[in-house]
Amino acid sequence: MSEVLLSAKNLTKRFGGLAAVNDVSVDLWRDRIHVVIGPNGAGKSTLTNLLSGDLPPTSGSITLGTHDITSAAPEQISRRGLGRSYQKTNIFLPFTVWENVRLAAQSRAAQQPFNPVRWLQSARHDAAVNERAEKALELAGLTARRDFIAGAASHGEQRQLEIAMTLATDPQVLLLDEPLAGMGVAEAESMVELLLRLKPHHAMMLVEHDIDAIFALADHLTVMVNGTVIASGEPAAIRADRGVQAAYLGEEH
Amino acid sequence: MSAPKSNLEALPRSIQFVLLLGFVALAAFPFVGSEFYQQMVARMMILAIFAMSLDLLQGVTGLVSLGHAAFFGLGGYALALMSSDNGPVSLWWTLPAAVAVAGLFALVIGFFVVRTRGIYFIMVTMAFAQMLFYLVFDNKELNFLGLLPLRLGGSDGVYINFKPDAALFDLENKKVFYYFVLACLVLVYVFLRRLLWSPFGRALAGIRVNEHRMRAVGFGSFSYKLTAFTLAGALAGLAGYLWGAQTGFVNPELMGFHMSAHAIMMVILGGMGNFAGAIVGAFAFEFMLELFKDLPTVGGFRLGKHWQLWMGLFIVAVIIFAPRGLLGLMERFGRKGADHE
Repeated sequence: MSEVLLSAKNLTKRFGGLAAVNDVSVDLWRDRIHVVIGPNGAGKSTLTNLLSGDLPPTSGSITLGTHDITSAAPEQISRRGLGRSYQKTNIFLPFTVWENVRLAAQSRAAQQPFNPVRWLQSARHDAAVNERAEKALELAGLTARRDFIAGAASHGEQRQLEIAMTLATDPQVLLLDEPLAGMGVAEAESMVELLLRLKPHHAMMLVEHDIDAIFALADHLTVMVNGTVIASGEPAAIRADRGVQAAYLGEEH
Repeated sequence: MSAPKSNLEALPRSIQFVLLLGFVALAAFPFVGSEFYQQMVARMMILAIFAMSLDLLQGVTGLVSLGHAAFFGLGGYALALMSSDNGPVSLWWTLPAAVAVAGLFALVIGFFVVRTRGIYFIMVTMAFAQMLFYLVFDNKELNFLGLLPLRLGGSDGVYINFKPDAALFDLENKKVFYYFVLACLVLVYVFLRRLLWSPFGRALAGIRVNEHRMRAVGFGSFSYKLTAFTLAGALAGLAGYLWGAQTGFVNPELMGFHMSAHAIMMVILGGMGNFAGAIVGAFAFEFMLELFKDLPTVGGFRLGKHWQLWMGLFIVAVIIFAPRGLLGLMERFGRKGADHE
Protein backbone atom coordinates (compact mmCIF):
# COMPACT_ATOMS: atom_id res chain seq x y z
CA MET A 1 0.00 0.00 0.00
CA SER A 2 1.22 3.45 -0.73
CA GLU A 3 1.00 6.30 1.71
CA VAL A 4 0.53 10.05 1.54
CA LEU A 5 3.90 11.72 2.14
CA LEU A 6 2.91 15.28 1.44
CA SER A 7 -0.47 16.83 1.84
CA ALA A 8 -1.37 20.41 1.02
CA LYS A 9 -4.79 21.74 1.96
CA ASN A 10 -6.50 24.79 0.50
CA LEU A 11 -3.31 26.61 -0.45
CA THR A 12 -3.72 30.20 -1.57
CA LYS A 13 -1.01 32.62 -2.55
CA ARG A 14 -1.86 36.23 -3.31
CA PHE A 15 0.47 38.76 -4.86
CA GLY A 16 -1.42 41.95 -4.17
CA GLY A 17 -4.84 41.44 -5.70
CA LEU A 18 -3.77 38.51 -7.87
CA ALA A 19 -4.37 34.99 -6.56
CA ALA A 20 -1.51 33.12 -8.26
CA VAL A 21 -2.61 29.97 -6.46
CA ASN A 22 -6.22 29.82 -5.37
CA ASP A 23 -7.49 27.22 -2.90
CA VAL A 24 -5.42 24.33 -4.25
CA SER A 25 -5.18 20.99 -2.43
CA VAL A 26 -2.65 18.33 -3.39
CA ASP A 27 -1.80 14.91 -1.96
CA LEU A 28 1.44 13.21 -2.99
CA TRP A 29 1.67 9.46 -2.52
CA ARG A 30 4.69 7.22 -2.47
CA ASP A 31 4.98 5.24 -5.69
CA ARG A 32 2.75 7.65 -7.55
CA ILE A 33 3.60 10.45 -9.94
CA HIS A 34 1.38 13.48 -9.72
CA VAL A 35 1.66 15.65 -12.79
CA VAL A 36 0.48 19.27 -12.75
CA ILE A 37 -0.25 20.82 -16.11
CA GLY A 38 -1.68 24.08 -17.26
CA PRO A 39 -0.94 26.99 -19.56
CA ASN A 40 1.73 29.59 -18.75
CA GLY A 41 0.81 31.65 -15.71
CA ALA A 42 -1.49 28.96 -14.33
CA GLY A 43 0.38 29.00 -11.00
CA LYS A 44 2.24 25.69 -11.32
CA SER A 45 5.63 27.08 -10.36
CA THR A 46 4.10 29.17 -7.58
CA LEU A 47 2.51 26.00 -6.22
CA THR A 48 5.90 24.30 -6.29
CA ASN A 49 7.45 27.27 -4.50
CA LEU A 50 4.78 27.10 -1.78
CA LEU A 51 5.39 23.40 -1.19
CA SER A 52 9.18 23.82 -1.01
CA GLY A 53 9.07 26.85 1.28
CA ASP A 54 10.53 29.23 -1.29
CA LEU A 55 7.34 31.26 -0.83
CA PRO A 56 5.09 31.41 2.24
CA PRO A 57 1.42 30.70 1.49
CA THR A 58 -1.18 33.38 2.18
CA SER A 59 -3.43 30.71 3.63
CA GLY A 60 -3.79 26.95 3.74
CA SER A 61 -1.60 24.27 5.30
CA ILE A 62 1.09 21.83 4.20
CA THR A 63 2.02 18.60 5.98
CA LEU A 64 5.16 16.66 5.15
CA GLY A 65 5.05 13.19 6.72
CA THR A 66 3.73 14.04 10.17
CA HIS A 67 5.18 17.54 10.31
CA ASP A 68 3.41 20.79 9.63
CA ILE A 69 5.73 22.69 7.29
CA THR A 70 3.35 25.49 6.34
CA SER A 71 5.63 28.29 7.51
CA ALA A 72 8.94 26.41 7.56
CA ALA A 73 12.08 27.71 5.83
CA PRO A 74 13.29 25.98 2.64
CA GLU A 75 16.29 24.42 4.41
CA GLN A 76 14.07 22.93 7.13
CA ILE A 77 11.70 21.48 4.54
CA SER A 78 14.65 20.09 2.62
CA ARG A 79 16.00 18.43 5.75
CA ARG A 80 12.61 16.86 6.40
CA GLY A 81 12.99 14.99 3.12
CA LEU A 82 11.64 17.16 0.36
CA GLY A 83 13.80 17.76 -2.67
CA ARG A 84 13.00 20.09 -5.52
CA SER A 85 14.46 21.03 -8.86
CA TYR A 86 14.00 24.34 -10.61
CA GLN A 87 12.45 25.25 -13.92
CA LYS A 88 15.17 27.81 -14.50
CA THR A 89 18.44 25.98 -13.96
CA ASN A 90 19.65 26.89 -10.48
CA ILE A 91 23.07 25.37 -9.95
CA PHE A 92 26.57 26.43 -8.85
CA LEU A 93 27.89 27.55 -12.23
CA PRO A 94 31.59 28.04 -11.37
CA PHE A 95 31.90 24.67 -9.61
CA THR A 96 32.49 21.29 -11.23
CA VAL A 97 29.55 18.97 -11.81
CA TRP A 98 30.92 16.79 -9.04
CA GLU A 99 31.23 19.64 -6.54
CA ASN A 100 27.63 20.67 -7.27
CA VAL A 101 26.36 17.23 -6.36
CA ARG A 102 28.82 16.69 -3.51
CA LEU A 103 27.74 19.96 -1.90
CA ALA A 104 24.10 18.93 -2.08
CA ALA A 105 24.99 15.56 -0.53
CA GLN A 106 27.04 17.30 2.17
CA SER A 107 23.95 19.06 3.50
CA ARG A 108 22.86 15.68 4.89
CA ALA A 109 26.13 15.04 6.74
CA ALA A 110 25.76 15.04 10.50
CA GLN A 111 28.43 17.61 11.31
CA GLN A 112 27.35 21.16 10.88
CA PRO A 113 29.27 24.46 11.08
CA PHE A 114 29.77 24.51 14.84
CA ASN A 115 32.19 21.62 14.97
CA PRO A 116 35.68 23.19 14.79
CA VAL A 117 37.37 19.79 14.45
CA ARG A 118 35.73 19.42 11.05
CA TRP A 119 37.14 22.80 10.01
CA LEU A 120 40.53 21.21 9.50
CA GLN A 121 39.39 18.15 7.56
CA SER A 122 39.02 18.13 3.82
CA ALA A 123 35.49 17.92 2.48
CA ARG A 124 36.70 15.48 -0.14
CA HIS A 125 37.20 12.59 2.24
CA ASP A 126 33.73 12.12 3.71
CA ALA A 127 32.93 8.62 2.48
CA ALA A 128 29.20 8.78 3.22
CA VAL A 129 28.82 12.09 1.38
CA ASN A 130 30.88 10.90 -1.58
CA GLU A 131 28.84 7.74 -1.86
CA ARG A 132 25.56 9.63 -1.86
CA ALA A 133 26.89 12.09 -4.45
CA GLU A 134 28.27 9.30 -6.61
CA LYS A 135 24.94 7.51 -6.59
CA ALA A 136 23.02 10.66 -7.54
CA LEU A 137 25.49 11.40 -10.33
CA GLU A 138 25.10 7.90 -11.69
CA LEU A 139 21.30 7.95 -11.52
CA ALA A 140 21.26 11.18 -13.49
CA GLY A 141 23.72 9.77 -16.00
CA LEU A 142 26.41 12.37 -15.36
CA THR A 143 29.28 10.22 -14.14
CA ALA A 144 31.30 10.87 -17.30
CA ARG A 145 30.85 14.63 -16.87
CA ARG A 146 31.89 14.90 -13.25
CA ASP A 147 34.94 17.09 -13.82
CA PHE A 148 33.23 19.56 -16.14
CA ILE A 149 32.62 23.08 -14.91
CA ALA A 150 28.83 23.21 -14.51
CA GLY A 151 28.57 26.54 -16.30
CA ALA A 152 30.32 25.09 -19.34
CA ALA A 153 28.10 21.98 -19.52
CA SER A 154 25.35 21.71 -22.15
CA HIS A 155 21.81 22.75 -21.35
CA GLY A 156 20.65 19.14 -21.18
CA GLU A 157 23.47 18.26 -18.83
CA GLN A 158 22.61 21.19 -16.61
CA ARG A 159 19.04 19.89 -16.45
CA GLN A 160 20.38 16.47 -15.47
CA LEU A 161 22.54 18.16 -12.85
CA GLU A 162 19.43 19.82 -11.42
CA ILE A 163 17.98 16.37 -10.83
CA ALA A 164 21.27 14.92 -9.55
CA MET A 165 21.56 17.69 -6.93
CA THR A 166 17.99 17.10 -5.84
CA LEU A 167 18.58 13.35 -5.53
CA ALA A 168 21.84 13.83 -3.61
CA THR A 169 19.83 15.07 -0.61
CA ASP A 170 18.07 11.69 -0.36
CA PRO A 171 14.55 13.08 -0.56
CA GLN A 172 11.34 11.13 -0.03
CA VAL A 173 9.25 13.69 -1.83
CA LEU A 174 10.38 15.08 -5.18
CA LEU A 175 9.05 18.27 -6.72
CA LEU A 176 10.34 18.58 -10.25
CA ASP A 177 9.61 21.77 -12.13
CA GLU A 178 9.73 21.01 -15.87
CA PRO A 179 12.61 18.52 -15.74
CA LEU A 180 12.33 17.94 -19.50
CA ALA A 181 12.37 21.57 -20.54
CA GLY A 182 14.81 22.15 -23.37
CA MET A 183 15.97 18.53 -23.54
CA GLY A 184 16.57 16.61 -26.75
CA VAL A 185 14.52 13.52 -27.60
CA ALA A 186 17.11 11.01 -26.36
CA GLU A 187 17.79 13.00 -23.18
CA ALA A 188 14.07 13.30 -22.49
CA GLU A 189 13.58 9.57 -22.94
CA SER A 190 16.31 8.72 -20.46
CA MET A 191 14.87 11.27 -18.01
CA VAL A 192 11.43 9.63 -18.24
CA GLU A 193 13.13 6.30 -17.65
CA LEU A 194 14.92 7.72 -14.59
CA LEU A 195 11.70 9.11 -13.14
CA LEU A 196 9.99 5.75 -13.53
CA ARG A 197 12.94 4.13 -11.80
CA LEU A 198 12.67 6.60 -8.88
CA LYS A 199 8.92 6.23 -8.60
CA PRO A 200 8.65 3.19 -6.26
CA HIS A 201 10.54 4.93 -3.45
CA HIS A 202 9.40 8.50 -3.87
CA ALA A 203 6.31 10.60 -3.87
CA MET A 204 6.62 12.82 -6.91
CA MET A 205 5.05 15.96 -8.22
CA LEU A 206 5.94 16.95 -11.73
CA VAL A 207 5.20 20.19 -13.51
CA GLU A 208 5.46 19.40 -17.20
CA HIS A 209 4.44 20.52 -20.69
CA ASP A 210 5.63 17.54 -22.73
CA ILE A 211 2.41 15.66 -23.57
CA ASP A 212 4.12 12.34 -24.37
CA ALA A 213 5.98 12.40 -21.08
CA ILE A 214 2.86 13.43 -19.18
CA PHE A 215 0.86 10.42 -20.31
CA ALA A 216 3.85 8.09 -19.97
CA LEU A 217 4.40 9.11 -16.34
CA ALA A 218 1.25 10.41 -14.74
CA ASP A 219 -0.69 8.35 -12.23
CA HIS A 220 -2.64 11.41 -11.30
CA LEU A 221 -3.16 14.55 -13.34
CA THR A 222 -4.09 17.99 -12.06
CA VAL A 223 -4.98 20.76 -14.46
CA MET A 224 -4.54 24.35 -13.32
CA VAL A 225 -5.78 27.48 -15.04
CA ASN A 226 -5.38 30.97 -13.57
CA GLY A 227 -4.35 29.65 -10.18
CA THR A 228 -7.31 27.32 -9.83
CA VAL A 229 -7.57 23.56 -10.22
CA ILE A 230 -10.15 22.90 -12.96
CA ALA A 231 -9.75 19.12 -13.00
CA SER A 232 -7.87 16.47 -11.04
CA GLY A 233 -7.91 12.69 -11.39
CA GLU A 234 -6.85 9.69 -13.48
CA PRO A 235 -5.12 10.72 -16.71
CA ALA A 236 -7.68 8.85 -18.83
CA ALA A 237 -10.55 10.68 -17.16
CA ILE A 238 -8.83 14.04 -17.58
CA ARG A 239 -8.17 13.32 -21.22
CA ALA A 240 -11.90 12.79 -21.70
CA ASP A 241 -12.90 15.88 -19.71
CA ARG A 242 -14.46 18.39 -22.09
CA GLY A 243 -13.68 21.37 -19.89
CA VAL A 244 -10.00 20.48 -19.86
CA GLN A 245 -10.00 19.89 -23.58
CA ALA A 246 -11.40 23.33 -24.13
CA ALA A 247 -9.04 25.03 -21.72
CA TYR A 248 -5.82 23.27 -22.38
CA LEU A 249 -5.65 20.06 -24.37
CA GLY A 250 -7.92 21.27 -27.12
CA GLU A 251 -5.35 21.51 -29.86
CA GLU A 252 -4.12 17.99 -29.26
CA HIS A 253 -7.38 16.30 -30.23
CA MET B 1 38.36 25.62 -19.68
CA SER B 2 36.61 28.81 -18.71
CA ALA B 3 35.01 29.03 -15.34
CA PRO B 4 32.42 31.76 -15.00
CA LYS B 5 33.25 34.16 -12.20
CA SER B 6 35.27 31.59 -10.32
CA ASN B 7 37.69 32.50 -7.58
CA LEU B 8 41.27 31.39 -7.72
CA GLU B 9 40.91 28.87 -4.89
CA ALA B 10 43.30 26.05 -5.72
CA LEU B 11 46.74 27.62 -5.92
CA PRO B 12 48.87 26.35 -8.81
CA ARG B 13 52.40 25.10 -8.18
CA SER B 14 53.94 28.32 -9.47
CA ILE B 15 52.13 30.41 -6.88
CA GLN B 16 52.81 27.94 -4.09
CA PHE B 17 56.47 28.23 -4.98
CA VAL B 18 56.33 32.03 -4.89
CA LEU B 19 54.62 31.87 -1.50
CA LEU B 20 57.32 29.57 -0.19
CA LEU B 21 59.99 31.99 -1.43
CA GLY B 22 58.09 34.79 0.27
CA PHE B 23 58.05 32.85 3.52
CA VAL B 24 61.79 32.20 3.32
CA ALA B 25 62.37 35.88 2.62
CA LEU B 26 60.25 36.86 5.64
CA ALA B 27 62.07 34.36 7.85
CA ALA B 28 65.47 35.66 6.72
CA PHE B 29 64.60 39.34 6.78
CA PRO B 30 65.60 40.17 10.39
CA PHE B 31 69.16 39.09 9.56
CA VAL B 32 69.48 41.65 6.77
CA GLY B 33 66.95 44.40 7.46
CA SER B 34 67.44 47.17 10.00
CA GLU B 35 65.24 47.39 13.08
CA PHE B 36 63.14 50.09 11.40
CA TYR B 37 62.35 47.88 8.43
CA GLN B 38 61.81 44.87 10.68
CA GLN B 39 59.05 46.77 12.42
CA MET B 40 57.59 47.86 9.12
CA VAL B 41 57.47 44.28 7.84
CA ALA B 42 56.01 43.06 11.14
CA ARG B 43 53.28 45.67 10.71
CA MET B 44 52.65 44.41 7.16
CA MET B 45 52.31 40.88 8.47
CA ILE B 46 49.81 42.02 11.11
CA LEU B 47 47.76 43.76 8.41
CA ALA B 48 48.01 40.61 6.31
CA ILE B 49 46.34 38.66 9.13
CA PHE B 50 43.65 41.35 9.26
CA ALA B 51 43.16 41.19 5.49
CA MET B 52 42.93 37.39 5.55
CA SER B 53 40.23 37.57 8.22
CA LEU B 54 38.22 39.87 5.97
CA ASP B 55 38.81 37.60 2.97
CA LEU B 56 36.93 34.84 4.78
CA LEU B 57 33.86 37.08 4.53
CA GLN B 58 34.53 39.01 1.35
CA GLY B 59 36.25 36.51 -0.91
CA VAL B 60 34.95 33.20 0.37
CA THR B 61 31.43 33.91 1.60
CA GLY B 62 30.71 36.92 -0.60
CA LEU B 63 29.91 39.27 2.31
CA VAL B 64 31.59 42.65 1.82
CA SER B 65 31.92 44.18 5.28
CA LEU B 66 32.69 47.87 5.54
CA GLY B 67 33.03 47.63 9.30
CA HIS B 68 35.58 44.91 9.78
CA ALA B 69 38.05 47.27 11.48
CA ALA B 70 35.71 47.33 14.49
CA PHE B 71 36.96 43.88 15.46
CA PHE B 72 40.57 44.82 14.72
CA GLY B 73 40.20 47.78 17.05
CA LEU B 74 38.42 45.69 19.68
CA GLY B 75 41.36 43.28 19.80
CA GLY B 76 43.75 46.18 20.34
CA TYR B 77 41.57 47.86 22.95
CA ALA B 78 41.07 44.55 24.75
CA LEU B 79 44.83 44.33 25.22
CA ALA B 80 45.05 47.98 26.26
CA LEU B 81 42.31 47.59 28.87
CA MET B 82 43.78 44.38 30.26
CA SER B 83 47.25 45.89 30.44
CA SER B 84 48.60 47.48 33.58
CA ASP B 85 50.90 50.49 34.07
CA ASN B 86 52.97 48.59 36.61
CA GLY B 87 54.25 45.70 34.52
CA PRO B 88 53.50 43.33 31.67
CA VAL B 89 50.45 41.08 31.52
CA SER B 90 50.67 37.49 30.41
CA LEU B 91 50.36 36.84 26.70
CA TRP B 92 48.80 33.45 27.38
CA TRP B 93 45.57 34.72 28.77
CA THR B 94 45.33 38.23 27.30
CA LEU B 95 45.68 37.01 23.70
CA PRO B 96 42.89 34.40 23.90
CA ALA B 97 40.80 36.88 25.86
CA ALA B 98 41.23 39.62 23.23
CA VAL B 99 40.37 37.16 20.46
CA ALA B 100 37.33 36.04 22.44
CA VAL B 101 36.16 39.61 23.03
CA ALA B 102 36.39 40.43 19.31
CA GLY B 103 34.67 37.14 18.45
CA LEU B 104 31.89 37.77 20.97
CA PHE B 105 31.19 41.23 19.56
CA ALA B 106 31.21 39.73 16.07
CA LEU B 107 28.73 37.07 17.18
CA VAL B 108 26.31 39.67 18.56
CA ILE B 109 26.71 42.12 15.67
CA GLY B 110 26.67 39.27 13.16
CA PHE B 111 23.36 38.05 14.57
CA PHE B 112 21.80 41.24 13.19
CA VAL B 113 23.85 41.95 10.09
CA VAL B 114 24.11 38.56 8.34
CA ARG B 115 20.35 38.66 7.78
CA THR B 116 20.96 41.37 5.20
CA ARG B 117 22.82 41.10 1.94
CA GLY B 118 24.43 43.20 -0.76
CA ILE B 119 24.36 46.93 -0.26
CA TYR B 120 22.39 46.56 2.99
CA PHE B 121 25.08 44.36 4.47
CA ILE B 122 27.69 46.97 3.57
CA MET B 123 25.60 49.69 5.22
CA VAL B 124 24.80 47.89 8.47
CA THR B 125 28.34 46.64 9.02
CA MET B 126 29.55 50.20 8.56
CA ALA B 127 26.87 51.51 10.92
CA PHE B 128 27.83 49.08 13.71
CA ALA B 129 31.52 49.90 13.28
CA GLN B 130 30.79 53.63 13.43
CA MET B 131 28.77 53.11 16.61
CA LEU B 132 31.74 51.43 18.27
CA PHE B 133 34.09 54.05 16.87
CA TYR B 134 32.11 56.93 18.40
CA LEU B 135 31.51 55.04 21.63
CA VAL B 136 35.28 54.94 22.11
CA PHE B 137 35.97 58.33 20.50
CA ASP B 138 33.54 60.20 22.77
CA ASN B 139 34.28 58.50 26.07
CA LYS B 140 37.45 58.93 28.06
CA GLU B 141 35.96 56.60 30.60
CA LEU B 142 33.01 54.31 30.48
CA ASN B 143 31.45 52.50 33.39
CA PHE B 144 28.81 49.91 32.59
CA LEU B 145 26.31 49.82 35.49
CA GLY B 146 29.17 50.87 37.77
CA LEU B 147 30.62 47.37 37.52
CA LEU B 148 33.35 47.60 34.93
CA PRO B 149 35.23 50.90 34.69
CA LEU B 150 36.91 51.13 31.27
CA ARG B 151 39.61 53.72 30.56
CA LEU B 152 38.89 54.11 26.86
CA GLY B 153 40.95 57.27 26.52
CA GLY B 154 38.52 58.91 24.12
CA SER B 155 40.00 60.39 20.97
CA ASP B 156 43.48 60.39 22.57
CA GLY B 157 43.66 56.61 22.67
CA VAL B 158 45.38 54.44 25.29
CA TYR B 159 49.05 53.64 25.76
CA ILE B 160 50.20 50.07 26.35
CA ASN B 161 53.42 50.51 28.29
CA PHE B 162 54.60 46.92 28.34
CA LYS B 163 54.55 44.25 25.71
CA PRO B 164 52.71 41.13 26.88
CA ASP B 165 54.85 38.69 28.82
CA ALA B 166 55.17 35.29 27.14
CA ALA B 167 57.42 33.67 29.79
CA LEU B 168 59.02 31.36 27.20
CA PHE B 169 60.30 34.18 25.00
CA ASP B 170 60.78 37.93 25.30
CA LEU B 171 58.46 39.97 23.11
CA GLU B 172 60.26 43.20 24.10
CA ASN B 173 63.02 41.92 21.83
CA LYS B 174 62.13 43.28 18.37
CA LYS B 175 63.41 40.21 16.58
CA VAL B 176 61.47 37.84 18.82
CA PHE B 177 58.33 39.89 18.32
CA TYR B 178 58.85 39.76 14.56
CA TYR B 179 59.06 35.98 14.59
CA PHE B 180 56.05 35.72 16.87
CA VAL B 181 54.02 37.72 14.35
CA LEU B 182 55.39 35.59 11.50
CA ALA B 183 54.33 32.44 13.37
CA CYS B 184 50.83 33.88 13.83
CA LEU B 185 50.66 34.75 10.14
CA VAL B 186 51.64 31.24 9.07
CA LEU B 187 49.27 29.58 11.56
CA VAL B 188 46.31 31.73 10.51
CA TYR B 189 47.09 31.13 6.83
CA VAL B 190 47.36 27.35 7.22
CA PHE B 191 44.20 27.29 9.35
CA LEU B 192 42.21 29.30 6.81
CA ARG B 193 43.47 27.26 3.86
CA ARG B 194 42.37 24.07 5.60
CA LEU B 195 39.07 25.70 6.46
CA LEU B 196 38.56 26.65 2.81
CA TRP B 197 38.55 22.98 1.75
CA SER B 198 36.63 21.70 4.75
CA PRO B 199 32.90 20.99 4.49
CA PHE B 200 32.31 24.32 6.24
CA GLY B 201 34.48 26.20 3.73
CA ARG B 202 32.79 24.50 0.77
CA ALA B 203 29.42 25.49 2.19
CA LEU B 204 30.55 29.13 2.52
CA ALA B 205 31.70 29.10 -1.11
CA GLY B 206 28.33 27.64 -2.09
CA ILE B 207 26.58 30.46 -0.23
CA ARG B 208 28.66 33.01 -2.14
CA VAL B 209 27.81 31.46 -5.49
CA ASN B 210 24.13 30.62 -4.97
CA GLU B 211 22.64 31.06 -1.51
CA HIS B 212 19.14 30.29 -2.77
CA ARG B 213 20.11 26.82 -3.95
CA MET B 214 22.13 26.19 -0.80
CA ARG B 215 19.01 26.70 1.28
CA ALA B 216 16.96 24.56 -1.11
CA VAL B 217 19.31 21.61 -0.58
CA GLY B 218 19.12 22.03 3.18
CA PHE B 219 21.85 24.39 4.38
CA GLY B 220 20.80 26.85 7.07
CA SER B 221 22.77 29.68 5.50
CA PHE B 222 22.17 32.00 8.47
CA SER B 223 24.17 29.87 10.90
CA TYR B 224 26.95 29.37 8.35
CA LYS B 225 27.24 33.09 7.70
CA LEU B 226 27.07 33.91 11.41
CA THR B 227 29.83 31.41 12.18
CA ALA B 228 31.99 32.87 9.41
CA PHE B 229 31.34 36.42 10.65
CA THR B 230 32.28 35.44 14.22
CA LEU B 231 35.43 33.64 13.11
CA ALA B 232 36.48 36.55 10.89
CA GLY B 233 35.88 38.96 13.77
CA ALA B 234 37.95 36.84 16.15
CA LEU B 235 40.89 36.68 13.72
CA ALA B 236 40.67 40.42 13.12
CA GLY B 237 40.84 40.71 16.91
CA LEU B 238 44.07 38.70 16.89
CA ALA B 239 45.55 41.12 14.34
CA GLY B 240 44.40 44.08 16.43
CA TYR B 241 45.95 42.58 19.56
CA LEU B 242 49.29 42.20 17.76
CA TRP B 243 49.01 45.75 16.44
CA GLY B 244 48.42 47.10 19.93
CA ALA B 245 51.31 45.05 21.31
CA GLN B 246 53.67 46.24 18.58
CA THR B 247 52.86 49.94 18.57
CA GLY B 248 52.19 50.20 22.32
CA PHE B 249 49.24 52.42 21.54
CA VAL B 250 45.63 52.10 20.42
CA ASN B 251 43.30 54.85 19.26
CA PRO B 252 39.80 54.99 17.76
CA GLU B 253 41.25 55.19 14.23
CA LEU B 254 41.91 51.45 14.45
CA MET B 255 38.14 50.92 14.35
CA GLY B 256 37.61 53.65 11.81
CA PHE B 257 36.12 53.68 8.39
CA HIS B 258 39.51 54.11 6.68
CA MET B 259 40.91 51.02 8.31
CA SER B 260 37.93 48.96 7.09
CA ALA B 261 38.22 50.39 3.58
CA HIS B 262 41.96 49.71 3.45
CA ALA B 263 41.35 46.07 4.31
CA ILE B 264 38.84 45.76 1.46
CA MET B 265 41.36 47.32 -0.91
CA MET B 266 44.10 44.95 0.27
CA VAL B 267 41.92 41.92 -0.42
CA ILE B 268 40.87 43.19 -3.86
CA LEU B 269 44.43 44.22 -4.70
CA GLY B 270 45.86 40.78 -3.92
CA GLY B 271 42.97 38.69 -5.20
CA MET B 272 39.98 37.38 -3.31
CA GLY B 273 39.00 34.04 -1.91
CA ASN B 274 42.29 32.24 -1.36
CA PHE B 275 43.94 34.08 1.61
CA ALA B 276 47.29 34.11 -0.19
CA GLY B 277 45.95 37.06 -2.19
CA ALA B 278 45.07 38.86 1.02
CA ILE B 279 48.65 38.52 2.24
CA VAL B 280 50.09 39.71 -1.08
CA GLY B 281 47.54 42.54 -1.13
CA ALA B 282 48.40 43.71 2.37
CA PHE B 283 52.12 43.80 1.58
CA ALA B 284 51.56 45.48 -1.78
CA PHE B 285 49.19 48.06 -0.27
CA GLU B 286 51.58 49.00 2.53
CA PHE B 287 54.55 49.01 0.18
CA MET B 288 52.82 51.31 -2.32
CA LEU B 289 51.64 53.49 0.53
CA GLU B 290 55.21 54.06 1.71
CA LEU B 291 56.27 54.63 -1.89
CA PHE B 292 53.56 57.19 -2.60
CA LYS B 293 54.15 58.99 0.71
CA ASP B 294 57.80 59.46 -0.24
CA LEU B 295 57.02 61.05 -3.61
CA PRO B 296 58.88 64.35 -4.09
CA THR B 297 57.53 67.86 -4.41
CA VAL B 298 57.19 68.86 -8.05
CA GLY B 299 56.70 72.51 -8.91
CA GLY B 300 55.38 73.35 -5.46
CA PHE B 301 52.92 70.41 -5.53
CA ARG B 302 53.66 67.94 -2.79
CA LEU B 303 52.97 64.64 -4.53
CA GLY B 304 53.65 62.61 -1.38
CA LYS B 305 51.04 64.43 0.65
CA HIS B 306 48.35 63.24 -1.76
CA TRP B 307 49.28 59.56 -1.54
CA GLN B 308 45.62 58.54 -1.36
CA LEU B 309 45.10 59.94 -4.85
CA TRP B 310 47.91 57.79 -6.29
CA MET B 311 46.74 54.79 -4.28
CA GLY B 312 43.26 55.21 -5.70
CA LEU B 313 44.59 55.35 -9.26
CA PHE B 314 46.82 52.36 -8.60
CA ILE B 315 43.89 50.27 -7.33
CA VAL B 316 41.67 51.30 -10.22
CA ALA B 317 44.45 50.24 -12.61
CA VAL B 318 44.79 46.86 -10.90
CA ILE B 319 41.03 46.27 -11.05
CA ILE B 320 40.95 47.12 -14.76
CA PHE B 321 44.02 45.17 -15.82
CA ALA B 322 43.97 42.37 -13.25
CA PRO B 323 40.42 41.82 -12.02
CA ARG B 324 41.55 38.78 -10.06
CA GLY B 325 44.23 40.83 -8.32
CA LEU B 326 47.98 40.51 -8.23
CA LEU B 327 47.76 36.80 -7.50
CA GLY B 328 45.47 36.27 -10.49
CA LEU B 329 48.04 38.13 -12.57
CA MET B 330 50.79 35.86 -11.27
CA GLU B 331 48.69 32.81 -12.07
CA ARG B 332 48.15 34.04 -15.64
CA PHE B 333 51.86 34.51 -16.23
CA GLY B 334 52.57 31.16 -14.57
CA ARG B 335 50.16 29.47 -16.99
CA LYS B 336 51.73 31.14 -20.00
CA GLY B 337 55.14 29.96 -18.85
CA ALA B 338 53.97 26.35 -18.63
CA ASP B 339 51.64 25.95 -21.58
CA HIS B 340 52.14 22.20 -21.87
CA GLU B 341 49.77 21.69 -18.95
